[in-house]
Amino acid sequence: MNNLSHIWQSHRQTISILVMVFLLAFVGVNQSWVLALSIFNLCLISAIMALGVNIQWGYAGLFNIGIMGFAALGGLSVVLISAPSVPMAVSAGGMKILFALCLLLLSIVLSVYLSKHKYNKGWVVLSLVAGYFSMRYFYVDAAQAIEAVNPSKTGYLGGLGLPVPLAWLAGGLLAAGAAWLIGKITLGLRSDYLAIASFGIAEIVLYIIKNEDWIARGVKNVTGLPRPVPLEIDLQQSPWFEEMVVWFNQSSLSLLTEVEKTKALGILLREYSVVFVKLCYSGLFLAILVALIVMANLAFDSPWGRKVRAIRDNETAASAMGKNVKRQHLQIFIIGSAIVGIAGALLVTYTGQFTPNSYQSLRFTFLIWVMVIVGGSGNNFGSVIGAFFIWFFWVESTPMGLWLAETVQNFAGADNGVSAFLQERAHFLRYIFMGLIMLLVLRFAPGGILPEKDKKL
Amino acid sequence: MTYLTGKNLFATYGTVPILRGCSVGVNRGELAVIVGPNGAGKSTVMKVLLGLLPISEGEVLLDGKDISTLSTQQRIGLGLAFVPQNNNIFPTMSVAENLEMGAFLRHDDCQATLDEVYTLFPILFEKRQQLAGQLSGGQRQQVAFGRAMMTQPTVLLLDEPTAGVSPIVIDEIFANILALKEANKAVLMVEQNTQQALSIADKGFVLVAGKNAHTGTGKALLNDDEVRRDFLGG
Amino acid sequence: MPSFDDVLNAFILLSNFVLLPALTYGAQLALGALAVTLVYSILRFANFSQANNMAFGTAMTILLTGFFQSQGWTISGFPTALLVVPLAIVITTICLLLTERWVYRYYRINNAKSITVVMVSIGVMFIMGGLVQLIMGPEQQIFADGARFIWTAREFKAFSGLSEGLALKTSQLTTILLALLAVGLVFYFLQKTKIGKAMRAFSDNEDLALLSGINPDKVVRTTWLLVAILTTIAGVLFGLDKGFSPFQYHLLLLPIFASVIVGGIGSPLGAIVGAFVISFSEMLLTYAYKKFFIYLLPTALEPDSLLQLIGTEYKYAVSFVILIIVLLVKPTGIFKGKVL
Repeated sequence: MNNLSHIWQSHRQTISILVMVFLLAFVGVNQSWVLALSIFNLCLISAIMALGVNIQWGYAGLFNIGIMGFAALGGLSVVLISAPSVPMAVSAGGMKILFALCLLLLSIVLSVYLSKHKYNKGWVVLSLVAGYFSMRYFYVDAAQAIEAVNPSKTGYLGGLGLPVPLAWLAGGLLAAGAAWLIGKITLGLRSDYLAIASFGIAEIVLYIIKNEDWIARGVKNVTGLPRPVPLEIDLQQSPWFEEMVVWFNQSSLSLLTEVEKTKALGILLREYSVVFVKLCYSGLFLAILVALIVMANLAFDSPWGRKVRAIRDNETAASAMGKNVKRQHLQIFIIGSAIVGIAGALLVTYTGQFTPNSYQSLRFTFLIWVMVIVGGSGNNFGSVIGAFFIWFFWVESTPMGLWLAETVQNFAGADNGVSAFLQERAHFLRYIFMGLIMLLVLRFAPGGILPEKDKKL
Repeated sequence: MTYLTGKNLFATYGTVPILRGCSVGVNRGELAVIVGPNGAGKSTVMKVLLGLLPISEGEVLLDGKDISTLSTQQRIGLGLAFVPQNNNIFPTMSVAENLEMGAFLRHDDCQATLDEVYTLFPILFEKRQQLAGQLSGGQRQQVAFGRAMMTQPTVLLLDEPTAGVSPIVIDEIFANILALKEANKAVLMVEQNTQQALSIADKGFVLVAGKNAHTGTGKALLNDDEVRRDFLGG
Repeated sequence: MPSFDDVLNAFILLSNFVLLPALTYGAQLALGALAVTLVYSILRFANFSQANNMAFGTAMTILLTGFFQSQGWTISGFPTALLVVPLAIVITTICLLLTERWVYRYYRINNAKSITVVMVSIGVMFIMGGLVQLIMGPEQQIFADGARFIWTAREFKAFSGLSEGLALKTSQLTTILLALLAVGLVFYFLQKTKIGKAMRAFSDNEDLALLSGINPDKVVRTTWLLVAILTTIAGVLFGLDKGFSPFQYHLLLLPIFASVIVGGIGSPLGAIVGAFVISFSEMLLTYAYKKFFIYLLPTALEPDSLLQLIGTEYKYAVSFVILIIVLLVKPTGIFKGKVL
């Protein structure tokens, strides 16, 4: 027993990776490889998100519970940047709506300028109110005009039609902008104000995305977004792919007759094309994740990182030594949120659609936090591990819940309504389950799977 | 044997020894001060007497009984009262409520004690409906003393009552402390303001590195050459 | 010049659609905000599970209401929910005391950082939310019975002879009366009773409270009891007024926090004032004033647009914007709360 715990203590990282590989392989063999790969891909995206949150929490103790909002902003930017534009909508009201938004921006800039230069508060308010009303004067008509353009198919401005990787970058920038706004206002105040404000901005971002159809069709969703990898259909028709599939299955195909062979090849082609596409995504996401972790670790060891650590370990002393704690925290909050934004953009690229209704604080904010805590708050690689485990159990918890319901039914014998009830509501058990994991880890293993070395909580 | 006695006290913070066999004591109707350089363990003596910090050796006696193992609340019930250095009032509660909180553990009628406090500090009666946080520094200190007196303590422990207040207020506070002594309390205080404190004290303990360096009456210590040289700047 | 009747009509119109609903909603928010502020000042953390606790209290009330109705234990014309509220409060109290004992107490005793406890409260929030949805399902439920109106708009019109009616719903009247009662009792408790004063002392200066012999566990238990009472009543009143659906309750968290911060975090009076600031702003900003101005302005100037400042769908955004403005202009809130 003692030996086992000793092995665990000294090889936490290796063992966690091995367990995860085993779990994914188990799903691959028993359920399907496509499922295993899609779990893996979402694990990677979650890991990037968790990394962003972990940077905020681990480097600066910032409690961000607006993850959902930053992820949605990242997703939105995929629509804005890489979706094809809708020329008719642009000509119907594009300029007008841009003008309206510029007016609002102008009035905000003006009011900030006025209040910075100690003008009467009345002028500040007047500038804002005037800005708001002049914005609305142009905005309402323009939005209606845009939404009226072929509402069943478009009804929005569309995007810029630029390459997808640019959209990821833009996702990071958009999220960073929102983070700057929130951070600027709340950092330096009580630490829970940031939590409350980030919670609020996430809700507001979603309200706007859902209700302003001209931006991204609201709850009507944008589908068929461009992808950075080939389409399955194209793969199935390209000769090199067919050759590769044949080469992989030489032995089994050679036993079949010509007719059977064509049929079997068709099935294999379909299967392999799906797996191939998923693998492309995996490679892409993995590369981004690794790059981000390497950059985060490099930054942490740089002079900048030393300052971060100094502030983290003793905020009062650091600020007495003239370090600008607030500015530092703002930087970290922006960087972390940008990473969450990038992950949000990757997610939308991966699914190929932007569906505002899928953004729920449970799925995004809360789940990511459970990942960070379980993985080891403050430890970058830990949050990756946490993301893998938690996402895996999240996906597999529905089958587990159903299994539980069935067991209850078997145990109770005749159908007494309890099991039917549980079956219907099984997915709500997830909330309770995840909440319990979070509370138990926080209480009994606050370091998580990979505790951050020499970190005082 | 004095009314409150700390005998041969040893205490540590973690592994750092702070008290290394010091002894203090005060009788009723007497004012004793503990003075000494920073880090000598003056405030720690207070904590040990109150039971906020456990002792590893020695004993604390109240009226001849050993109270070393009792909890802070039990000691307060037996007649100890403490006025901390900072944050010693409830700022958003009225003066009257502050005093009432002092009597929280009492279940009898405390009107008599209240009258006693008001006689001692008439300004508190005048301002009894005002929020304590809005009073001046000296008046706040009176509220703090008054709150401590509400348990009808026999012993008052004061931790640096004059820290951070202006010289005029210091005089006012020392006058208040003498009033407490006149009310037949045993008053033990820790003070930075060595000269002035010793001049009004009946007894003084000079602590250095957790041990008694000098003990004597306030006058004797003031006239002691060594004490003058080391602690009073000549 | 508009006639006297027109002015009266305009006022009645505004009362019916803005003032009375805002008063009702504000009272519901106020109770929730008061609970948050109490937890904040005694236990020193922002309780994110408040809204879901309200949903829990309401869920218990709905279950008990169903049971009472099935047993025929009802009073005709009187909402059964109000009959069972005391029982629901007992259950909610037990639930909150259990979370205190099993969850929060550990962090309190170990002097954990407040942000850690906030995180813990988010864990509790999801467990409570899950529990409520597991029991009640995600759909909206109406559990108000008895008379829906004290008087209807039509009765009012017949009585007053005006063309606009001011209806008074049972839920509105109960909300205002019950909220007044609950707030009154809480303030009486805090100002006049010994344990209530001990709570204030504890909130003011924890160390000194301990030195005065105040028992922290008792203070904390009493706080949760008060919080359970406020939480259950707030939840039930909101549910009677707008129907019960777990997600609706979850959305209340933002306006509740906004109320608390606008009023000054930690200040009970501030929480109440803040709640009304939020509720009136929400209603006033999202109301379409077209008809109101038709009464007041001469025919030539009658507006043809809706005259709505912000779309109703942004109701909850209003509280956020107010929150941000307060953080920018006066982070301590109206009644100087604790900022650092």
